[in-house]
Amino acid sequence: MSNMKTNLAVAGAVAAALTATMTVPAFAQAKEKCFGVSLAGKNDCAAGPGTTCAGSSTVDYQGNAWTLVDAGTCADIELPEMADGTARQGSLEALERDLPA
Amino acid sequence: MTVDQTVFRSAVLTPDMDRPTGLSDGKGAPAGRRFDVYRNNVAVSLTEALETAFPVVKKLVGDANFKLLAGVFLRQHPPSSPLMMFYGAEMPEFLSGFEPTKSIGYLPDIARLEVALRESYHAADAAPMDPADLQNTAPDDLMVSTVTLAPALRLIRSRWPIHAIWRYNMDDDAPKPEMAAEDVVVLRADMDPSPLVLPAGGGAFIAQLLARSNFGDALTAAAQEFESFDLSQMLAILISNNALIKIGD
Amino acid sequence: MLDASTHPFDQLPNTPGVGYKAQHFSDLLESPGSVGWLEIHAENYMGAGGRPIAQLRHLAERFALSVHGVGLSIGGEGRLDPEHLQRLKHLVGWTKPASFSEHLAWSTHDSAFLNDLLPLPYTKDTLTRVADHIDEVQETVGRRMLLENPSSYLAFDESTYQETDFLREIAARTGCGLLLDVNNVFVSATNLDTDPISYIDAFPLDLVGEIHLAGHDEDHDDHGRPLLIDSHGREVAEPVWSLYEYAIQKGGARPSLIEWDNDVPDWPVLEAEAARAARVLETVA
Repeated sequence: MSNMKTNLAVAGAVAAALTATMTVPAFAQAKEKCFGVSLAGKNDCAAGPGTTCAGSSTVDYQGNAWTLVDAGTCADIELPEMADGTARQGSLEALERDLPA
Repeated sequence: MTVDQTVFRSAVLTPDMDRPTGLSDGKGAPAGRRFDVYRNNVAVSLTEALETAFPVVKKLVGDANFKLLAGVFLRQHPPSSPLMMFYGAEMPEFLSGFEPTKSIGYLPDIARLEVALRESYHAADAAPMDPADLQNTAPDDLMVSTVTLAPALRLIRSRWPIHAIWRYNMDDDAPKPEMAAEDVVVLRADMDPSPLVLPAGGGAFIAQLLARSNFGDALTAAAQEFESFDLSQMLAILISNNALIKIGD
Repeated sequence: MLDASTHPFDQLPNTPGVGYKAQHFSDLLESPGSVGWLEIHAENYMGAGGRPIAQLRHLAERFALSVHGVGLSIGGEGRLDPEHLQRLKHLVGWTKPASFSEHLAWSTHDSAFLNDLLPLPYTKDTLTRVADHIDEVQETVGRRMLLENPSSYLAFDESTYQETDFLREIAARTGCGLLLDVNNVFVSATNLDTDPISYIDAFPLDLVGEIHLAGHDEDHDDHGRPLLIDSHGREVAEPVWSLYEYAIQKGGARPSLIEWDNDVPDWPVLEAEAARAARVLETVA
């Protein structure tokens, strides 16, 4: 019985889906211009910009230079609670100790 | 004095390590900061690859913080393949354990979404099935069949509103994200991958199909998660995005 | 070693080419100007499908192609990555390029790919290793390759060969051709305080199947000596054009590529560089 009902429901859903896709244009949501180009791979044989400092700075791989000054958009996003009521932090916290190297 | 590639590699990736000896300026003086050209090229090119790969993670933490994060990441996870288009697959897991971002609970799932978008962009092309074949398949047969989905389809099931957060950072007109768990599917109707939020139960449905469960079991899983699962809407999304390839394997 | 007679030396036209960038797709089809062929970086077309492959399929029907690998690590101490070799074979198989080339450099060691062309000492050991790797590449991919001279920022004390002798010997052992990067010659000569004209004079020009031209940046070392960086981010420098003219006068016309990988300009700027190369090539036509 329940199989029969399910089958009927599926047949109806398939028919409805076909009708929907025939009358409604393809789903388009938040398409970004030039989005595709930015996703392209980037192997090349060029050297980096003409400064030798960027990769040789010992600071650039130590997390203790983490800063809140330029904290990005996550500072605007507040997601204080999960559905279960648990409080969750959605923003950056200052890090006061050094990272393991 | 020989400089082997083990020494060279370590010195390139470790800026506070002494530069290898046995390298000169061509006139007998030690190479000095000439060696740093390679340190620079490696660190800068890998950082740029990560910036290209994770634009939304970068926006969320800020440019300077992302550079720092990339500097740590590229040394823990240098690329294991020359295909830079796929570099950064370990980023979600890395972010889960990265102390400064640990409090941003959704960040690993945002990285997962960005990895999925790139994978989708480069995934194999596949011609969609004629939707009429779906209607012409007897429901009894359909229920026991597997369904092959497009190679470019990716599913991310998140406890966070990752699509809303992603849009907030990619689209100037997007509203501020509000708390909600989201199942997001990345679909590529033609050449451009597009993420969209699945209707309730849709995440379970797609997950089962991807795991090669048959149609009936996928439907059951979806209904268990959400009793009024809208199969019609789910199928319309898949069909209109060329994501149904064929019935069976 | 491959038999050169069954693997034609080079079928790229003796005209300018450019490194292909996706943003120039439409310009190339509508107004190629003096650009007669395209070079692609092999690794960017090793995905399974999607837009990059579709664009390349389209271009391969309209332009002679040069497939230029940037990640094989031919100078690596370890063995070549068999998976990557297969990917190259597949790409060369379906694009059927007029030219296929790689670098005298290494980039992978202990399974980490460093995304840069790292330098080699020129010794008997490295010569044997590079020659063995080139044999393997040519046998696997099934065709002759061109090997490109690197840009150098430093020198290895242990080197016992001049770079030109090293390249000549590798070509003799493997049957491979050479890709002469004139900007690299100028960058290396400036950085190591040698004479770029002497380098061209010592280079086996008869083995050259392709020439590269690119822009470089200027920096300085600890002692204030000029340190040029092979950045591919601007116009070809005047002394590099002069050196190119010298090489063309001496060795004859060759397919000549404008490489521009960073701060990629609008099409007319890139095409103007190609047009300048065309004028140089016309002087020996």
